[in-house]
Amino acid sequence: MELVEAIILAVLAASTPLLIAATGELVTERAGVLNLGVEGMMIVGAACGFAGAWLTGSIFIGALFGIVAGTAMSLIFALMALGLAVNQVATGLALTILGIGLSGLIGAGFVGERIKPAVDLYIPGLTDIPLVGRVLFGENAFVYCSIALIIGVWWFLYRTRAGLILRACGDNHVSAHALGYPVLRIRTFAVMFGGACAGLAGAYLPLAYTPFFIPGMTAGRGWIALALVVFSSWRPGRLVVGAYLFGAVTILQLHAQGWGVGIPSQFMSALPYLATVIVLVLLSRARTGGSTAPAALGTVFVPDR
Amino acid sequence: MRKPLLALAAGLLLAGSVSAASAAEKLKVGFIYLGPIGDLGWTYQHDLGRQALVKELGDQIETTYLENVPEGPDAERSIEQLVRAGNKLIFTTSFGYMDPTLKVAKKYPNVHFEHATGYKRNPNMSTYSAKWYQGRYIQGLIAAKMSKSGVLGYIGSFPIPEVVSGINATMVAAQTINPNIKVKIIWANTWFDPGKEADAAKALIDQGADVIMQHTDSPAAMQIASERGKLAFGQDSEMIKFGPKTQLTSILDTWGPYYIERVKAELAGTWKSEDSWGGLDSHMFAMAPYTNMPDDVKKIAEDAQAAITAGKLHPFKCPVVGQDGKEIECKGGANLDDGQILGMNFYIKGIDDKLPGK
Amino acid sequence: MQLVLEKRTERSNTIALVSPLIAIALTIVTMLILFAILGKNPLLALHAYFIAPLTDGYSLQEIAVKATPLVMIAIGLSLCYLANAWNIGAEGQFLIGAVAGGWIAVKTQGTDAGAWVLPAMLVLAAAAGALYALIPAICKVKFGASEILTSLMLVYVAELFLDYLVRGPWRDPHGFNFPTTAEFDPVATVPLLIEGGRLHLGSIIALLVVAATAILLGRTIKGFEIRVVGAAPRAARFGGFNANQLIILTFAVSGALAGLAGMIEVAGPIGHLQPGISPGYGFTAIIVAFLGRLNPIGILIAGLFLALTFIGGEQAQITMKIPLDVTKVFQGILLFYVLACDSLILYRFKLVFPNRQVARGTG
Repeated sequence: MELVEAIILAVLAASTPLLIAATGELVTERAGVLNLGVEGMMIVGAACGFAGAWLTGSIFIGALFGIVAGTAMSLIFALMALGLAVNQVATGLALTILGIGLSGLIGAGFVGERIKPAVDLYIPGLTDIPLVGRVLFGENAFVYCSIALIIGVWWFLYRTRAGLILRACGDNHVSAHALGYPVLRIRTFAVMFGGACAGLAGAYLPLAYTPFFIPGMTAGRGWIALALVVFSSWRPGRLVVGAYLFGAVTILQLHAQGWGVGIPSQFMSALPYLATVIVLVLLSRARTGGSTAPAALGTVFVPDR
Repeated sequence: MRKPLLALAAGLLLAGSVSAASAAEKLKVGFIYLGPIGDLGWTYQHDLGRQALVKELGDQIETTYLENVPEGPDAERSIEQLVRAGNKLIFTTSFGYMDPTLKVAKKYPNVHFEHATGYKRNPNMSTYSAKWYQGRYIQGLIAAKMSKSGVLGYIGSFPIPEVVSGINATMVAAQTINPNIKVKIIWANTWFDPGKEADAAKALIDQGADVIMQHTDSPAAMQIASERGKLAFGQDSEMIKFGPKTQLTSILDTWGPYYIERVKAELAGTWKSEDSWGGLDSHMFAMAPYTNMPDDVKKIAEDAQAAITAGKLHPFKCPVVGQDGKEIECKGGANLDDGQILGMNFYIKGIDDKLPGK
Repeated sequence: MQLVLEKRTERSNTIALVSPLIAIALTIVTMLILFAILGKNPLLALHAYFIAPLTDGYSLQEIAVKATPLVMIAIGLSLCYLANAWNIGAEGQFLIGAVAGGWIAVKTQGTDAGAWVLPAMLVLAAAAGALYALIPAICKVKFGASEILTSLMLVYVAELFLDYLVRGPWRDPHGFNFPTTAEFDPVATVPLLIEGGRLHLGSIIALLVVAATAILLGRTIKGFEIRVVGAAPRAARFGGFNANQLIILTFAVSGALAGLAGMIEVAGPIGHLQPGISPGYGFTAIIVAFLGRLNPIGILIAGLFLALTFIGGEQAQITMKIPLDVTKVFQGILLFYVLACDSLILYRFKLVFPNRQVARGTG
């Protein structure tokens, strides 16, 4: 039983950065913007988050640094893709190149330093409950934050008028504009939210996961977050499932090796991506008239005046 | 505003040309790195070696490096760029640079090349590597002594001979202390991904391992072991900062002495193509201080280190028994020969796992 | 009062010519500031990035070698993008092409197979790349699944597939377990054009592809169809053009070109299969396609230009000890400027006053 608990804890720890970054990207994409620069925003968030925590000694301030850095990066994207109507795919890729370079420059002075990682919650009695105690009541703030975020996003998208408008911008920006909604402003906020989440997800890595900064430490997690958004077919509930499923496959693959199960690890690693393609096809097929993706995803919008 | 900037530019131009002039007489030495110099592991240690070189011979040489050079189509160009920039001795510091280095070496017979961890050579291309398995043997002794659960956790990068021989050396040693010792092996399939290395360390600890050994580059596993109150060995670099109460020792890649020796040979005109595969006796690597262990264990480790250094102890002393229970052919007389170790592609008896790709 | 973007009634040819110059001027100004902050001589840095690589034959060759795969992939992608089909999985098609063609090289290794090997490899690579690209295209046409995302997912699958092959069944038996195949035989290698250099036949093939595409787009009905479907989908429907068919066609062509590029890269500069045969060519090519404004000649120039920044970045690292991270930042900024300035070809800035905006809700 202890092993089960330990595996669940490891899965949560591995899934949290994916979930946070993907939550942000989900909102961005729901507003009709495809920002492929998640990896770039994350790595800058990681470097700035570590710098903030190291300089101030506070994990909280470090996380704020990460959020601000991610948001700043996303504003560059917004300026280009929304303000200047540049192609979003190209802009996102350029943002990743920039982010990797910037994070290296920012982080260069902090390589080899270490900090005290984010502490885990401890409530006497509750945290000690076998099996579920630590999973439910013994996590660090980032984990709870990720859950709160995705619930908040679900509530926002489906239970508020603002969420409805945001989705409208993503599905048909021409109609949304015709109805008088400021499409570009709404999209800018959505992009900024995506950047903030990516920055926070990046900051999680050096602040809670492995408490030091090394260039390139995001190691492709931003791209996985992008995949998860698709896997979830842009639904917050499915995103949670997808993120934890992905984390579980990663962790179980390691455990399977420890147990001596001989499946090629590449096959296990490829499963989530193949599953994403299949899920996407099945979901799209289930609906008449096309995909579940926001209809205006990735398209340029310049209001007619 | 414009004037100061222009003045600055002019000043820098001047400074640049002055240094270029004085550099003309200096020997230029180039380095190709796989990772960023701040990776805290493999590339970091090579760069420390380069810095030691500069400190020792800085008045006679000038060093240049290219970092983050992928082991693909760009490597050959990067190496050739260094040649064309006037570097006369070039160190290419990753296995994947082997064929590109060889190609460039054949093209520029007057430039000397040193390739780390490979096996192809040329009259102007040396290879160099270290017998890290010797260090792994010492670690195996310590691990078996320190483990309470009798289960060691081993994070591998890729199942290449260097890593496999490390696992075998560890287990040969550990079995001399505790014949029933077990090892759990997880392949991270990466040299460097702190998150994944941390996850692998967690999985190993959760499966009962209480001493963690790694053949990946980041201090993440050390960090996790420290959090969980377990013990661990560092890799490549000194990692005690990440586990002051955790690190038992670490195999330190100390390239400095070798780089200094080879550059001195180049300066003296006595450089020739060699295969340097140095062990503890030749200072190709060193053991970090033995910490967090009782004195008797420390003594065992120190004795073993002394014996290996003196050539009295060989980790792969015959008979070496394979997983199938059959003895491995003993090509080196009393022990396995270098070729068998360099190409090691089997697990020894007592490892309950299957070597990937076998 | 605010500044907004407005679509021009027709594309501005003046800006189209001037825009790269503005972008370069802006980049130079930014670099002067950036390098002054870093304490590096900005003029020397500019020289290292842009001038030095152009001054000798060796570097020019290297620029061509680096640009070859970028241009080939970007040309295929541009056809997709013109037809409004969003293939961003060229990286995967590149890898699958190399794997498929590499299969012939691996299987004929050490046999006395004749001169047919290389052509067969190239053909198979193109076919495999096309087939791999057809997966997202068919998912799009048949099921409406977003091709942007499925094509991206298949990149990872291709990477892992290659990884499995070179670590498992195709591993060089004499390679000490390292994850590469044995070096390809000479008959399975792309011939070099200049003795002692690295310029290979692939660069010529890339030029032919550029020329063929320019003709296709400018002088054939199919090319016209592609452009119309992308630019004016409604008009295309009235004209009886089949958009779905074009998605399939352009995906197949771009996949074939990516696969071919992958094979040429592996059978040329690399010489064997290994993980990491592509330093992100498939993604960089997307940037090249847009830098080149989806125009074949533009893509050729953009590919060469981007290759120049890679070679220049190395020169800067060697001669001025400018860290690679600075080169990355510089590339990012440069791309932003070029893309932003190009935006002005289709759009212009206009000052508007808030009270003149459409009143909310009244349409």
